[in-house]
Parts: sequence; structure tokens; C-alpha cells
Amino acid sequence: MSEVFGIPTQALFGQLLIGLINGSFYALLSLGLAVIFGLLNIINFAHGAQYMMGAFCAWFLLNKLGLSYWWALLLAPLIVGATGVVIERLMLSRLYKLDHLYGFLLTFGLALMIQGLFRHEFGSTGLPYSIPSALEGGQNLGFMFLPNYRAWVIVSSLIVCLGTWFMIEKTKLGSYLRAATENRELVQAFGINTPRMITLTYGFGVALAAFAGVMAAPIYSVSPLMGADLIIVVFAVVVIGGMGSIMGSIVTGFVLGLAEGLTKVFYPEASNVVIFVIMAIVLMIKPAGLFGAEK
Amino acid sequence: MPDAGLNGALLTVKGLQAWYGESHILHGVDFDVRRGEVVTLLGRNGVGKTTTMKSIMGMVGRREGSIMFEGRQTISLPSNRIARLGIAICPEERGVFASLTVLENLLLPPKVRDGGFDLPHIYELFPNLKERQSSQGTKLSGGEQQMLAIGRILRTGASLLLLDEPTEGLAPVIVQQIGRTIARLKKAGLTILLVEQNFRFAQTVADRHYVMENGRVIDMIPNAELEANMSKLHAYLGV
Repeated sequence: MSEVFGIPTQALFGQLLIGLINGSFYALLSLGLAVIFGLLNIINFAHGAQYMMGAFCAWFLLNKLGLSYWWALLLAPLIVGATGVVIERLMLSRLYKLDHLYGFLLTFGLALMIQGLFRHEFGSTGLPYSIPSALEGGQNLGFMFLPNYRAWVIVSSLIVCLGTWFMIEKTKLGSYLRAATENRELVQAFGINTPRMITLTYGFGVALAAFAGVMAAPIYSVSPLMGADLIIVVFAVVVIGGMGSIMGSIVTGFVLGLAEGLTKVFYPEASNVVIFVIMAIVLMIKPAGLFGAEK
Repeated sequence: MPDAGLNGALLTVKGLQAWYGESHILHGVDFDVRRGEVVTLLGRNGVGKTTTMKSIMGMVGRREGSIMFEGRQTISLPSNRIARLGIAICPEERGVFASLTVLENLLLPPKVRDGGFDLPHIYELFPNLKERQSSQGTKLSGGEQQMLAIGRILRTGASLLLLDEPTEGLAPVIVQQIGRTIARLKKAGLTILLVEQNFRFAQTVADRHYVMENGRVIDMIPNAELEANMSKLHAYLGV
């Protein structure tokens, strides 16, 4: 059996794969946070709860309506995104003139309420959700075994992330979004309905979280607190990448997932804290984050 | 007060009051702009010229009174609806977007009506913009940014342009270029409301001048009578 630095390659690649999987979720979630923060100036602390709602939505669609994973992948982001639209219209839209802190507090409170509600209904042990039959099994790549579903998660999250990046950086709609991030009043004075754009942007960021939740359902079990644990790490990712940077959050998400995986191989004791250590170092050297612009 | 000029007025402002938060900035502004005219708002710093422009555009939170554009009351419309009626603003700080290229900046404001300038036409007016169309918006010089800020609202087909101090801080040769541009826009039938500190510049492009003080319009001077009223104007502007 071959080894790298005294580590069996099987174990090394296995951990790198887990790192990439975690990185896919970090990237999807921090991307949504970045999009929301950029335009709304709100740190969406409910993001983890909305990710969890995506997973529960998939579970509901399967167990109550008999709709498969593939339907969930389409419907859960729409349904949870719609709840985001309602939250933005009813609550967040009243906070834009106030300090960041108010949005943070409101979404934090919402996260606690949503998670509490789900925990009350479903307890905190997870519900099972199986891998769709089309993605069962895996490929033997010679140096490691690659489960099909995990490959699908990495590829599809890359596609969604890069698609979102392309839409924001390279299209007309994205130019409205970027311009409104800089000067919302002026963009509106050019004839663009920015209040509606802001609502839909929040809905889109929430839909990204729900999409990640559906993808996660077959890997991690569906449980009320699944997002609460993850979101802390994701916030660290966002801080490292730079608040509001689109490409920054995607790249940082994947790279930090890998960094975490590598740490598990070489020094497992540090794997839970490595991201926070990196965050502390980045904050000292480049407070705006690796990809963030100093303001 | 000047002749109300209701006949042929494109824009009629009456008793306009506006607030920023708690501070009451405009205390009843009255004036009108006829179709095809270039009209300036003159006055010292802080008398409410920019607030008047922003109120017309719907960019001030609390405003009262009456603003009629083409016979339509716009006082309670949000700014995106006002823009769609055919009013466009070039703000004092220019508002060029740093995260957009020059071309993206130019194409940003949607067309609200037919008859706007097309891109080649805008590049003909401002050749510098064509050379730099893929640069980041804020990498341009001050003069180029001003051209960009004016150029992008010409595409929209708006019939009333609000230009807030377009010559501020610019070199004389660029001020002249902007003067020539305003003359060409007037020739093309556009109506322009201009805020200017520099009344020597205003004199070369405008048909009439309104003088503002303490959130009100206190006088109107036709351009032809500007020289005769120079001492009065000096007193108003404190120069």
C-alpha cells in the first residue's frame, strides 16, 4: 500500500474527499450569506436554520407527498426561499436604516425560534433520508473509493456556486445587483425597483441555504440543529473570505474544507479548531478578509 | 415671483417642502421649467439646490407640496416610478459605480422611452469613454467620470435631465466640453435643470436662472438680463 508522508493514500484521499464535501457546504452557505450581506447589509444569522428547513422540506416532500429527492432539490429552495421573501417583507425591510446589529439580532432570534419549533416537533435525534437510487453505489478510482452521491454533491455545488458567481459578475441583472450594493438610492432613481430586487435577493440567498440543506439530507441526518453547528464554521469562513465577496466566499469555502480534511489526516486533534485558528490569523493580518475590500 | 408659465411647462414645482430626518431643508420652493429650456438653480452652499433636485427625482424621504411633470403629480411616487416617467439625474457626487466597468455603467440605467442617444452617439460626444469602456468605473479621471455620469442618462430617453454641479472641480477645458455638450443636448430638444455654483458657466448655457436662499426660490433672472442684474446676483450669492 502506498503512503504519503507516512499516511496511507487511501486515508489521505478519503479525508480530502470529506474535506471537499464539507467545503461544498461551506461554499454554498457562505455564498448565500455574502449575497445577502452585500445588498441588504444584514448578517443573516437565520441561515443555518434555513439550511435545516431545506433538509426538513425534502424529508416532508418524500414522506408526506411521496416526492423524490429530485423534486425536493427543485421545490425545497422555492418553498424555503418564499418564507425568506415573507421574512424580508414583514421584518427585515424595516431595519435597513439601522445598524447591522439589529438585523443580526432579529435573524438570530428567528433562528432560535425556528430551531426551537422544529425541536419541539421532531426532537433532536435525526430523521433518516436515503440517497436517491440513481446515485447509490460508487466508483473505484484505484487509489480510493468515490461514492456517487458525494461526487454529485461536489460537482453540483460547484456548478451552483459558479453559476451564481457568473450571474452576479457577468450579467445585466448582476450589474444591477452590484450597483445597488454600492448605491441603492441611485439605482432606484434610474428606474429600477430596488425594494423588489432586495426582497428577491434575500429569497435567493435563503434558497441557496435550502438547496444546501437538501443536498445534506442524505449525508448528515435531518435534524433541527444540523444548521446551528454548521453555521458557526460558515461564519468563520465568511470572515476569512471577506464579507460580501462572491468569489472569495466560494474559494474560501472549498479551501477551508480541504484544510480541515488535511488537518484530520496529519493532526486530528486540531481538526475542529483549525478554521478558527486560520480566522484569527487572517483577522490579524488582513482584517477585511482575504478577498474583502477595505472600507 | 416670476411668471408661472403654466403653458408649456414641462416641470412645475409649487410649495415644495422637504426634510432630511429632522431637519427641514426646503420651505416652499416654487419654479417651473419649460420644454426645451436650460434652467439653473443658483445659490450659496446649503440653500437647498441639491435637495430640490433630489426631491424632483423622489430621492428625499419626506417631501410635501406639488411637483407636476408633464401634467402628472409625482410628489408621492417612489424614485423608480419617477424615472420611468422620463426624468434622469446626474448626481453631484457623480455616482459612478466602482464594481462596474465603464460600459456596464453606461448600460445600467434602463431605457424609459424611445429617442435616447445610442452608444455610438454617446461615444461621439465623449470619445474618452469609448477608449476606456472596459476599465473599472472609478479608475477614470474626474472629468471622465463626469462624462460617464452624463452619458449614461442620455441613453435612457429621459426628456428632463437634472445635472447637479456637473463642472465642480473640473479643469477649464473639460468644463468647456461639458458646456458644449449641454448646448448639443438642448439642440436635441432635451430639457435641463442645472445646479451650478459657477454662474459664469451657467451664463453660457442657460435660458433662465432661479436664485435660491434658505430653502426657497427668491428670484428669477432671464439669461439676457443677467449682466444688468449682476450687482443683485453678487449680493444673492455673496461673491
